[in-house]
Amino acid sequence: MSAEAIHSGKTDWQRIRGDFPVLDQEAHGKPLAFLDSAASSQMPEAVLNRIIAYQHKEHANIHRGVHLLSQRATDAFEDARHVVAEHIGCEDREVIFVRGATEGINLVTHGYGRKFLKEGDEVIITTMEHHANIVPWQMLREEKGIVLKIVPITDDGRVELDAFEAAFTEKTAFASVIHVSNTLGTINPVKEMCEIAHRKGVPILVDGCQAAPHMALDMNDVGADFYVFSGHKMCGPTGAGVLFGRAEHLKRMNPFMGGGDMILSVTFEKTTYNEIPHKFEAGTPAIMPVVGLAAAIRYLNEIGLERIAHRENELVTLALAKLRAMKGVRIFGPDGHRAPVISFGIDDVHPHDIGTILDQNGVAIRAGHHCTQPLMKRLGVPATARASFAFYNTEADVDALVNGIQAVQEIFG
Amino acid sequence: MTDMRDLYQDVILAHNKKPKNFGRLDPCTHEAHGHNPLCGDDYEIMAVVEDGVVRDLAFDGSGCAISKAAASMMTARVKGKPVDEVLGLIADFRNMMVGEASDETKEELGHLRVFEGVAQLPNRIKCAVLPWHTLNAALTGSEGASTEGENDEWEGA
Repeated sequence: MSAEAIHSGKTDWQRIRGDFPVLDQEAHGKPLAFLDSAASSQMPEAVLNRIIAYQHKEHANIHRGVHLLSQRATDAFEDARHVVAEHIGCEDREVIFVRGATEGINLVTHGYGRKFLKEGDEVIITTMEHHANIVPWQMLREEKGIVLKIVPITDDGRVELDAFEAAFTEKTAFASVIHVSNTLGTINPVKEMCEIAHRKGVPILVDGCQAAPHMALDMNDVGADFYVFSGHKMCGPTGAGVLFGRAEHLKRMNPFMGGGDMILSVTFEKTTYNEIPHKFEAGTPAIMPVVGLAAAIRYLNEIGLERIAHRENELVTLALAKLRAMKGVRIFGPDGHRAPVISFGIDDVHPHDIGTILDQNGVAIRAGHHCTQPLMKRLGVPATARASFAFYNTEADVDALVNGIQAVQEIFG
Repeated sequence: MTDMRDLYQDVILAHNKKPKNFGRLDPCTHEAHGHNPLCGDDYEIMAVVEDGVVRDLAFDGSGCAISKAAASMMTARVKGKPVDEVLGLIADFRNMMVGEASDETKEELGHLRVFEGVAQLPNRIKCAVLPWHTLNAALTGSEGASTEGENDEWEGA
């Protein structure tokens, strides 16, 4: 990629956009303005090329074969683990590859929850959680009789630390919170939340799906016991995500799935589980997506996550200013600093109709409940329209959004 | 691009703004709840059926312009008709939306043909069909309607 663009002092975002072939096309005869990266981001050529090179020269099953390709594939896979570990500041063995954040959370409710939580134990989550951080705990509630405690949020969609701390009781046994709201863009003070949890002696999981694409992460700084994110939201392919877990927890936990690769020895009488992280990686993993995820992390780091965050903040600030100036447009979420996600509504127009009309204008957004139905209920709406930005978006995409909203208002005027 | 005016025709926008038969019907003899979990469209259909005829009909709930206009125009069309005829109309409407209706059927659907434009957009067909789907559930006594799931006998619509 654009090494030149990066080292030339001022970042050439237009050239960086050129790294993403998918963006160079029309949708319904209009230039594509892709504003749905919070659902799934796009892959740059550097990632696509790495995937092709891997499949051309290196692919075989890992951790098994004695032959050359098996060794190359194993090296590529374990190198990816090292890339992730360096990126988030942890040990290699604390990186578990999963399909995505959803699987990561389910691994924890199974591996930790089923083993260590018991009837009456309380698990704290917040009102703004994604369904992926609600449903697995409800399934555990059915099985074990745990109690879910929901931390309320403010009208502008924030979790206050006092409210979070007030949810803890003597029975609190776990906390699980979202880092950045996929619906509102709220950036939660997870470092302080982890400090509170630890002061109470409670382990805490942080769902970092919407944080990992937009900010540098250091597990020592965040302080979470578990942290999950998905590769496909940070320029990698679908099918690979990460569960970070502190080694001391991972060692004590039950495996998630049983099968090949997660064992040291198997007889019909007894099986000895493998060491971490392999204990949690039963079966042949998604090798190619994991290799692609490592390439995506390298790509993001080449640009620099601080620069990315700065650029995305420029775009979201511009979009917020333009949308706020429009009559009849309602914006959800905090006034202050937020991730590049804007949930909005237009007076007397259902979000689904907004989505269809924007689509016909070349603008891809998401309309619906964003897998946060309890949050929708709290906001008092059945659904919202959501525009989400990445560093490869441009000011022209913001204009396309504004023009599209005007088209909606004209039709429904 | 599809002309948005083909989809959001004036008659659809007018029914969305001022829906007919919008509200509750109490008492009623038949009712069902219809829901599209993907977008949140959520309606209740209530009917009074006497001597095999739909004497009165109302709908309540919320959703997009397409679904609300579909519900409004459906209630206006169906009120006062024999149940047998209504069930035939439900099938005709569904067939139009999945592109399986004959020209003759379309002719009979009359005003309801404004929804033909919706059939061009696969991800919006369910919006137009949901109220009809729900009316079918109410009249046949099945357990409500959802656009998703294994009980969806309208799979494909």
